[in-house]
Amino acid sequence: MYLTKEEEKMLDGEYGEVVERMFRLLVRLGDIYGAEKMIPIGSAQIAGVSYKSIGDPGLEFLEDMASKGAKVKVLSFLNPAGMDLEQWKNLGFPEDFAEKQLRIIEAFRKMGIVITSTCTPYLAGNLPRYREHIAWSESSAVSFANSVIGARTNREGGPSALAAAICGRTPDYGLHRFENRQPNVKVKVEAKLSRISDYGALGYVIGKEIKNKIPYFVGIKNASVDQLKSLGAAMAASGAVALYHIEGITPEADLVEKDGIEEISIEERDIKKVYEDLDCGEDPDIVIFGCPHASIREIMDLANLLSNRKLKKPLWICTSRSVKELSDRIGLTEIIERAGGHVVSDTCMVVSPIEKMGYSTTGVNSGKAANYLPGFCKQKVVFASMEELVERIT
Amino acid sequence: MKGRVISPGKAEGRALVSKEPIGFYGGVDMKTGIVIEKGHPLEGKSVKDKILVFPCGKGSTVGSYVIYGLKKNGVAPLGIINKETETIVATGAILAGIPCIDGIDIEKIPDGAYVIMDADNGIVEIKEEP
Repeated sequence: MYLTKEEEKMLDGEYGEVVERMFRLLVRLGDIYGAEKMIPIGSAQIAGVSYKSIGDPGLEFLEDMASKGAKVKVLSFLNPAGMDLEQWKNLGFPEDFAEKQLRIIEAFRKMGIVITSTCTPYLAGNLPRYREHIAWSESSAVSFANSVIGARTNREGGPSALAAAICGRTPDYGLHRFENRQPNVKVKVEAKLSRISDYGALGYVIGKEIKNKIPYFVGIKNASVDQLKSLGAAMAASGAVALYHIEGITPEADLVEKDGIEEISIEERDIKKVYEDLDCGEDPDIVIFGCPHASIREIMDLANLLSNRKLKKPLWICTSRSVKELSDRIGLTEIIERAGGHVVSDTCMVVSPIEKMGYSTTGVNSGKAANYLPGFCKQKVVFASMEELVERIT
Repeated sequence: MKGRVISPGKAEGRALVSKEPIGFYGGVDMKTGIVIEKGHPLEGKSVKDKILVFPCGKGSTVGSYVIYGLKKNGVAPLGIINKETETIVATGAILAGIPCIDGIDIEKIPDGAYVIMDADNGIVEIKEEP
């Protein structure tokens, strides 16, 4: 791999042990994947934050890095943690879990990382531009940045994103190169999609079908940012889709080559089947929205539904701390709390230990959450739209 | 034998050979270095101070942190030899500073052989049969 003089110095240890190790990691990963050079990145999104996911091995690694003086070079945001970092006690998160989680956060803070803990950095202050190279590692954020914004990132792991943040660079391979951003399957959507959960259902079925391919959708007339966020998240979870194109909607759709590729089609009944397959038939113990983290618009929609109603079961809507701030200011949090719900930030249902908090059946409107909850949280799932789930617990 | 340098350094010791992939997270105890995955060919054996030979990694990406933890706790293998190192093991070995070479025909390394690794140049030498 070609390295600049500056990069040679990094590899030779002139900037200390941490930079040397981290840069060596990037160089080897670049070798493994056939990169010819390094490219500067605009920002990083670092996964592996929840104590539930990384456990003691991750905690010890991060504390060790922080104590050796590791510092990030570019704007770096964090993935969701395993709990709300402020109101964890109120929400019933276990004390021993909280202690370890807070140590992980402290280690990241020492490294100069913005303590945001969200899977929607693009809604919370880390917005890349079209064609900007970034190193992001949350699969739904990766999908959104690549597809909706047209920024360029591979699906990084926690350590490789941290290494990229510390070195300010990432190896130039995979989705950083336009030739690798070409679609290899055309998806004709012949179903009417209106609710956010419809897009989650579409993403869920497509991800399962196409695994890590790059789809080119036709037949989607219009879609909001929230709907696209839901679509991408589900495809990245049930498959490993890191980039999708939608005719007339996403920025690279007109530029890529889409003739002569395999075609599949999705009809109304395929979407209906996802709802049927993902409904365990039981009543949820808890309903959780905000996977990926809710936008202020989604919180508004929920507040409208809950206004002057009383919930019979717990309800969370998960979001970033900064969006929660907006929700607090304009009185949405109060409406939701008056109904018996919570606006939870910094965490989500997938990375928090809900199975240890007495819940066994969770209602969600997210295809991604529906995909992960049975495995990660031992939950039975009820997948439905926001409106239906609210109906079921009021 | 000549392979590809994944993580540089030099190491020599007895080979502990697994024909099956190793998943470090949940598969190897970070405190003791003992393989704890049920039914794994190395179950109950310690990777400490061995040249650990296996085809490739598997399982959770947290495995990288476990490899790092093994080193920090003084129970890591001296070196790692793979058929093909994927990113979990590569990341762990580099972060931990454990010499690692891949692209080696691991069938040719008998369990218990005394192996010399020159991971600066990607060279694996069997000094003594078991």
